[in-house]
Amino acid sequence: MIRRSPADFIRLLIPALSLAVLLAAVFWLQPRAMSYVGINLLFNLAVPIALATVAQMFIMAVNDLDLSMGTFVSFVACVTATFLRDAPLVGVVILAGSVLVYAALGVVIHLRNLPSIVVTLGMSFVWAGLAVLLLPAPGGQAPDWVRALMTMKPPLVPIAIVAAVVIAVVAHVIVMRLSLGVLIRGVGGNERSVERAGWSIVAARAAAYGLAGLFAVLAGIALVGLTTSADANIALRYTLLSIAGVILGGGEFIGGRISPVGAVIGALTLTLAGSFLSFLRISPDWQIGAQGAILILVLALRLVFNRVEKRGHGR
Amino acid sequence: MMVHSRKAVIEVADARVSFGAVKALDGATLAIMPGECVGLVGHNGAGKSTIVSVINGGLTPHEGTLSGDGEPLARYGVNAARAMGVRCVFQELSLCPNLTVAENTRLMHRRIGGFGWRSRACAVIEESLDAVFPGHRIAGDRTVGELSIAERQMVEIAMAFSDAGVAPRLVILDEPTSSLDASLAEQMLAHVRRFVAAGGAVILISHILGEILSTADRIVVMKDGRIVADRPADAFSENSLVETMGSVVRQEGARGRSQDFSGAPPVLEWTGGGLPFRARRGEVVGLAGLAGHGQTAMLMRLHAANSSDWLPRRDPAVTFVAGDRRLNGVFELWSILRNFSIASLGDLSRLGLVRSDREGVRGADWRKRIEIRTPDMENRILSLSGGNQQKVLFARALATRAPVVLMDDPMRGVDVGTKQEVYEIVRQEAAGGRTFVWYSTEMEEVCLCDRVYVFREGAIVAELAGDAVSEDNILAASFERGAA
Repeated sequence: MIRRSPADFIRLLIPALSLAVLLAAVFWLQPRAMSYVGINLLFNLAVPIALATVAQMFIMAVNDLDLSMGTFVSFVACVTATFLRDAPLVGVVILAGSVLVYAALGVVIHLRNLPSIVVTLGMSFVWAGLAVLLLPAPGGQAPDWVRALMTMKPPLVPIAIVAAVVIAVVAHVIVMRLSLGVLIRGVGGNERSVERAGWSIVAARAAAYGLAGLFAVLAGIALVGLTTSADANIALRYTLLSIAGVILGGGEFIGGRISPVGAVIGALTLTLAGSFLSFLRISPDWQIGAQGAILILVLALRLVFNRVEKRGHGR
Repeated sequence: MMVHSRKAVIEVADARVSFGAVKALDGATLAIMPGECVGLVGHNGAGKSTIVSVINGGLTPHEGTLSGDGEPLARYGVNAARAMGVRCVFQELSLCPNLTVAENTRLMHRRIGGFGWRSRACAVIEESLDAVFPGHRIAGDRTVGELSIAERQMVEIAMAFSDAGVAPRLVILDEPTSSLDASLAEQMLAHVRRFVAAGGAVILISHILGEILSTADRIVVMKDGRIVADRPADAFSENSLVETMGSVVRQEGARGRSQDFSGAPPVLEWTGGGLPFRARRGEVVGLAGLAGHGQTAMLMRLHAANSSDWLPRRDPAVTFVAGDRRLNGVFELWSILRNFSIASLGDLSRLGLVRSDREGVRGADWRKRIEIRTPDMENRILSLSGGNQQKVLFARALATRAPVVLMDDPMRGVDVGTKQEVYEIVRQEAAGGRTFVWYSTEMEEVCLCDRVYVFREGAIVAELAGDAVSEDNILAASFERGAA
């Protein structure tokens, strides 16, 4: 069977290790968190972040960056809390349409050779505007089935963990096992050679963006399932969180180097970092800075590991 | 009626391609028969790459026709070419570095898809690697980025000869041995001969004329977008080939300056494993040995030891000419002038502002000095042919005030004429007191050096000076085993 190469293994080891260390620290500070309910509380907000991170990962796989992730997830949350509940059919059509818009963005970015950062930054204002139009004030209500799904109580393992595992497995299959995933990563690695092999780069980019849109839609739905109502600014943090999650999980900005399992772990780590800082009674004013410090620490660790590995490799 | 017993795999008739005012192909006609290896030689800009692009479907000729197996090909493109069994190994390595060998195979062969493609792709590429490079030790699940440059080239060559549904019928090899050492190159050429004997067709492009002469059945010489000679290989010799290409043949007598440098002050020293390294003022020091035995690492160490990590030095001690143009040489989006001046902007600016008049003057000066063939230095760097891009990189390094120039096999895939011009510049600059540390995979270049260090397994194992610098001695040192 296929063995994982050592570099890939280390790529995954560091995010897994940082998550384990953080989790141990949280349990040490607050032993009561070590329970079914405690773990679910720690991680349930990580589910939408993990979905958004996977979405961002698809974009980063083709060497692009999506700066509209936060506003798009907010927009989806608003649609979920209004149309998807009151007029499910219209809601589904809107969400499906927005996935298509994402795919179309990929096509436009490729054909016109535009920088994805500019296009998605522009789109972020469009999504934000649409969200405000839908819900000028916080409100709406989650559809019952979404609420039921997110508050499920499976035996033994909390829903947050089950969801994270499912997301990781699905994303892994798409990105690492399917030919489509290889194609998408290939575009990130060496677009010219993929083109020379006779593939359509436009289609690959459209697929990557479409998948990103799909996962971002799921993120918005999951978020409303947890918060029960929506707000036009509900997920603005997701843009940077999702990028940080991908990087934390062993991904890179360019070169199609991504790890879906790592991305999910990265999202969990980021969520946990917030809780950890609260347990340390660090004032929220400092939390963002402290979160940044954790991020830098983990990335420094990765650099050290890479260097050690390279030294071992050069022999 | 033509009474051909065999029909050409691909026939290009009177193809014309022009990019703006430049005629890349000016009525070229070429037919490739099954069971023959065609050597394709010519200057940079002679149209080799263009005719290859036409054959592999990457480029539609503006005029002229293409036919395959005697049938005219109306809608010809990359996919049609691949379906006909036309494969191409490009001069610049073109695998996806972030994917594994098997995943790259999957992308190359569209037919492998479907459940369980991973193990099928692995089997396909490993079978082909076994056939071309017996004893290769490259597993299908290795990530390409982790492979050495020679191993990547091996994978790429094996990829072209691999069979997953559509058997290869015409394989185009564009400088296939540029990163391979002698024994791997020999394995590959032997496979080419086997492939041709079994009825396949090969187009071989190489700047190593010996390779072409010994492997090809027929040699096609191109010049200025036209085919100027098309004869059996045994009708050519190295000299007649070079003459036909239109470059000036210079006999190997050029190596005349066996100067004694022992009195000159040393400018670079390094002691690591093996013999100590020392380079003196005005000396051309060669780094030789089989490819990938620590020469590039040595250059990197010399560069790191003589340049600051934080702030650039006021007077740079060393400058670097990169070998892998695409990876660490050219700024693809910049003009030729910008690419040239980037290393010496410190000298060209006042109060932190670049003085564009001086930049322009110096650019024009160097353009004349090393003959960069372009109408305008403001053109994009990629508008130049590979050899001319390399000249710009040379000019970039030479225009600095650094007394030492480190060169990392910079002549990879550069045509003979350009090479001679660059050798001449190196000689002039060395006479002017500059020191060159020159890693080269080509024996001819190593033999131009005043003194040569031979590398094996990451360490210097031999030092040759003066008349001792010869192919025999270098080979002996590169392959020596056991006794130290």
